Amino acid sequence: MKSYHFRILKSKIISVFLTLFAILSTVPFLLVLYFIIKNGISVINWEFLTSLPKPVGEPGGGILNAIVGTTILIIIALILAVPFGIFTGVFLAEKGDSKIAFLSRLVVEILQGVPSIVVGIIVYLWIVKPMGHFSALSGGVALGIMMLPVVIKSTEEILKLIPREIKEASLALGVPYYKTILKVVIPAGFSGILTGILAGTARIAGETAPLLFTAFGNPFLNFNILKPISAMPLLIFNYAVSPYEEWWAKAWGASCILVVFVLTLNIITRLISKR
Amino acid sequence: MTDIVLRTENLTASYDEHIVVKNVNLSIPRNSITAIMGPSGCGKTTLIRCFNRMHELSPKAKVEGKVILIEKNHQIEEIDVYSIDPMLVRRKIGMVFQKPNPFPTMSIYENVIAGYILNGIKLKKSEADEIVEETLKKVSLWDEVKDRLHKKGTFLSGGQQQRLCIARALAMKPDIILLDEPTSALDPVATLKIEELLEQLKDTVTIVIVTHNVGQAGRISDYVAFMYLGELIEYGPTDVVFTRPRHEKTEEFLSGKIG
Amino acid sequence: MASRFTRKLALNKDKIFNLVLSFFAVLLIFLGVGFFLSLFNASYLAFKKFGIGFFAGKNWDPVQEEFGALPFIYGTILTSFIALGISFPFSIAISIVLGEYFQKGFFAEILRYLTELIAGVPSVVLGFWGLFFLVPLVREIEIALNVPPYGVGILTASIILAFMILPYSASIGKDAMRLVPNELKEAAYALGATRWEVIKKVMIPYARSGIIAGIILSLGRALGETMAVTMVIGNYHGIPESIFSPGNTIASVIANEFTEATGEVYLSSLMYLGLALFIITTVVNLIGRFILKKLQH
Repeated sequence: MKSYHFRILKSKIISVFLTLFAILSTVPFLLVLYFIIKNGISVINWEFLTSLPKPVGEPGGGILNAIVGTTILIIIALILAVPFGIFTGVFLAEKGDSKIAFLSRLVVEILQGVPSIVVGIIVYLWIVKPMGHFSALSGGVALGIMMLPVVIKSTEEILKLIPREIKEASLALGVPYYKTILKVVIPAGFSGILTGILAGTARIAGETAPLLFTAFGNPFLNFNILKPISAMPLLIFNYAVSPYEEWWAKAWGASCILVVFVLTLNIITRLISKR
Repeated sequence: MTDIVLRTENLTASYDEHIVVKNVNLSIPRNSITAIMGPSGCGKTTLIRCFNRMHELSPKAKVEGKVILIEKNHQIEEIDVYSIDPMLVRRKIGMVFQKPNPFPTMSIYENVIAGYILNGIKLKKSEADEIVEETLKKVSLWDEVKDRLHKKGTFLSGGQQQRLCIARALAMKPDIILLDEPTSALDPVATLKIEELLEQLKDTVTIVIVTHNVGQAGRISDYVAFMYLGELIEYGPTDVVFTRPRHEKTEEFLSGKIG
Repeated sequence: MASRFTRKLALNKDKIFNLVLSFFAVLLIFLGVGFFLSLFNASYLAFKKFGIGFFAGKNWDPVQEEFGALPFIYGTILTSFIALGISFPFSIAISIVLGEYFQKGFFAEILRYLTELIAGVPSVVLGFWGLFFLVPLVREIEIALNVPPYGVGILTASIILAFMILPYSASIGKDAMRLVPNELKEAAYALGATRWEVIKKVMIPYARSGIIAGIILSLGRALGETMAVTMVIGNYHGIPESIFSPGNTIASVIANEFTEATGEVYLSSLMYLGLALFIITTVVNLIGRFILKKLQH
């Protein structure tokens, strides 16, 4: 009987130990969050958000170029990835056992795992090189490619969950197939598709590697999508590896804004998909 | 001679090389309730899905033979269902499914006129209001929902949802409504309500109901067809078939030996 | 008969709609094929010059136009596997805690959020944090151990990578543990096994392929991770002598040198590295996903 008590004790000790280990693994995240907020929050003020960077040595200045840049890049990515992703997702949900569907799914899986730096190289080859210079457009395309598999997967999965009866009810009313998909099936899966778009946006908002040789960065305000443009993660990278303390402070401020934005998107996504 | 609304000629339907409906010849009288009964897998659902061309939605499905719809407006017109566009057929022959399936994104009001909305048929506000009220009254749902017409249809009870789906089909003013075991997902009280409702509706529309419930077929139908292994075994007025079945299989089914 | 005419039009629209759907699906396939072909084409020059021997070459010398990828391949594999080693015990602990001890409830939710959200922190921010928090810390350790105190290097990069991949393997591992049938667990309890014995002898063996798939998929992440690694690995072109020395990974070399590469052979060699990275991560990922898919069926 003694050994049985020993075994129970051992089981309990291990469970405490494992739980502590699991709790311990949240420490890096909390540390990162603490560091960013501690160093970043004091930097953020109205001027920081609404003015352009100033040369080293001059006080003040902000990151408006990066905020505008990231907004424009995300918009370009959304314009490309949302229709492309939804239509492909519909195709996979509707004609799932065709050969085309098999190959498309394979590409989706490859895209889900492709390193973002490789996407940067590809878009450099496809757009930057033929155009002869870096541009916001190429950066947006790179981010759009990163976003695409997320939108496709979430569209396909939510549409597969919509009962066949809903689609049949519409067809039985004499509604053509295309209208049934556009007006009944897609609206029924709207929340799932929206989740995918938000998750996709969260994925790309902080991406740096695909922008290094596409959007490239720009210290000035730019609204022309054919010219190089700044972005929050690019600015953080350039400032972080610079030797200037005041630029580090700017990078902390930018990191703080970016992390809050991305984490908020992540949490909203989780809350919607839970419902 | 009785007034026929739909007639099949040597109708054979298959799915993935399996024949599910074999050479069926059937004439359905206008403004009556016809019940199609038989054990599960006998092809009764496939049969009615051939009437409104829903069967062909499955990629591996095939249909042979004819389905003729006889319309009586100013004159009598015979329409070969398989020679015109399926969308048009489905507006003339409505359908109600086993599980209540109101459109989840639409309100009760919108669900009733969904056929118009989705087909892009413009209705004036007054016309739409009229159709909604009239149709909901026909399915005895008006009093229960008139205060919450703009709430989602999915908040209703199962029986109410199914009546809403019947309303949705009726609103298109079809010649026939096909019901595929419409009460199998409902409780007895809701079932009874639907059965009473069907009795009232047969003055305006022809009703074809698929059921594997012998009692239900006996309670509500004027004519009954018995199918077994894809074949139409027996068809006639309900009281005749129920009291003096001519076929041994029918008798076995009615007495609960098969099914 | 007017209605019949408009209905015919609807059929055409259905056809057009189907064509549009297929068009996007086919476009996606072209995108995938295009990825491969473009990279292959761009690296052809380097391939012709160095052949497969490129991956065994120890020198990366832009001045002499001599390019060998061995140090970076070594750096990539070293950082990825050290990261796997660091994250593994934590990943298993989280899988067991969330997959068995706390499957529902407030604590489980909070723990899950806190372990998974680090995947949402942009890589560049983690790298920045690494530079200012982890690098000084590692430097202290190096001073204590009496090795050259670079701070940056293979170890620092591996630690950051471990943080980044942990959520992937932990989340898949947790799902795998939750898939263990209750009857199986109960049968073991009925035989008098303790909770730990059930976990060790019933659940982990049952969930093994899921756990392995999670590890493989997180390896795929680690191999291609760029920004955080680039910022803390030290960018040294030689083969690292120990885990404390600076180094480079395939991804960090590309990130650092791509925009500065002058000369066609130089650029083509970077593309060749990119092609290799693309193929390796794709193979690793597809293996991981294949195992997961087999599990779901």
